[in-house]
Amino acid sequence: MSPRVRLWVFLVGAAGFAALFAAACLDLPAFGTVPHPYGVRAVHAALSHHTANVIASVNFDLRAFDTLGEESILFSAVIGTVVLLRQARDEHRKDPEPATVHPPVRRFALLTLPFALLVGLYVIAHGQISPGGGFQGGVVAATALHLLYIAADYRALERVRPLTLYEIGEAAGEAAYVITGLAAVLAGSAFLANVLPFGTLATLSSGGTAMVLNAAVGLEVTSGIVVLLARFLDQAVEIEEPGEGGGSPRDTRDSGGNGDDERERA
Amino acid sequence: MTDVLIVVALLLVAGAATAAVLNRDPMRQALVLSFLGLALALLFTFLQAPDVALSQLAVGSAVTPLMILLTVRKVRRRPGSGDGVDKPAGRER
Repeated sequence: MSPRVRLWVFLVGAAGFAALFAAACLDLPAFGTVPHPYGVRAVHAALSHHTANVIASVNFDLRAFDTLGEESILFSAVIGTVVLLRQARDEHRKDPEPATVHPPVRRFALLTLPFALLVGLYVIAHGQISPGGGFQGGVVAATALHLLYIAADYRALERVRPLTLYEIGEAAGEAAYVITGLAAVLAGSAFLANVLPFGTLATLSSGGTAMVLNAAVGLEVTSGIVVLLARFLDQAVEIEEPGEGGGSPRDTRDSGGNGDDERERA
Repeated sequence: MTDVLIVVALLLVAGAATAAVLNRDPMRQALVLSFLGLALALLFTFLQAPDVALSQLAVGSAVTPLMILLTVRKVRRRPGSGDGVDKPAGRER
């Protein structure tokens, strides 16, 4: 197909799409006004199961099976990364050298770390009550841990981050989700049905299985992101390919993701 | 009032996204991407979707740019790849 024909095919397709899309947009309800029928029903379902955060109720109660799929996507993506970024046979691992960090950067990172970690854990724990949940809080908590890499260096991070524990945590989170679903089957209901007592609305123990599934996702996401970033950090800092000498001045600088600007024009 | 905020956030998103596309240096793209994540998080907050905004903030403006920066660093460290920018980040073996 010549470029000219290709362009015409694209233009015809684009024109058709534009016409249909415009027609569809004209029939939309006005921006941000009419209550959506699904929204009304979702709020009703959430409140009947004593889950204050309607989004958490949709994710972990009404559509718990969808969330199992989403959790598995992250789970297998992390496994794929672990396999792809493993140390190959002809590569060797070099101990990262201690890095010097500017005192203001160190102070800022050390001050932010406990605060960010607490926010992450808070968001996980209150997933069924307030905005957020296992996924959001998990990413925040995992990212917060890496402030130590900015505050000190990779060796410090490795010392407080037993990777095996996080690998187990990731698998345990994924397994806990499935087991909670199977437990509902054993209790005589459907897979992932909400069979636990619903508790009091807007308390930490409300929402029945939504609370359990939210915690499982929190564990899985926190551990998964830590493992994921660990693989990337290993590749960027520690693992050297054959012929990659230790003599290059680049290898001694480990001051975090922002330490690369000097090679920008290379 | 809300409409004004939404329009401002939409303009920010459009600007940041265009800047991310027009930038050719992956390092700067990562930083612009981080800003784009922030703008999207603002937009989602104004649209009353705080759950999505939190996800966007954590993933779009922190984890993704960090992974890009680490990948760029790895690629540029490779022997014999002075620019290294155009090469795939993965390993051929």
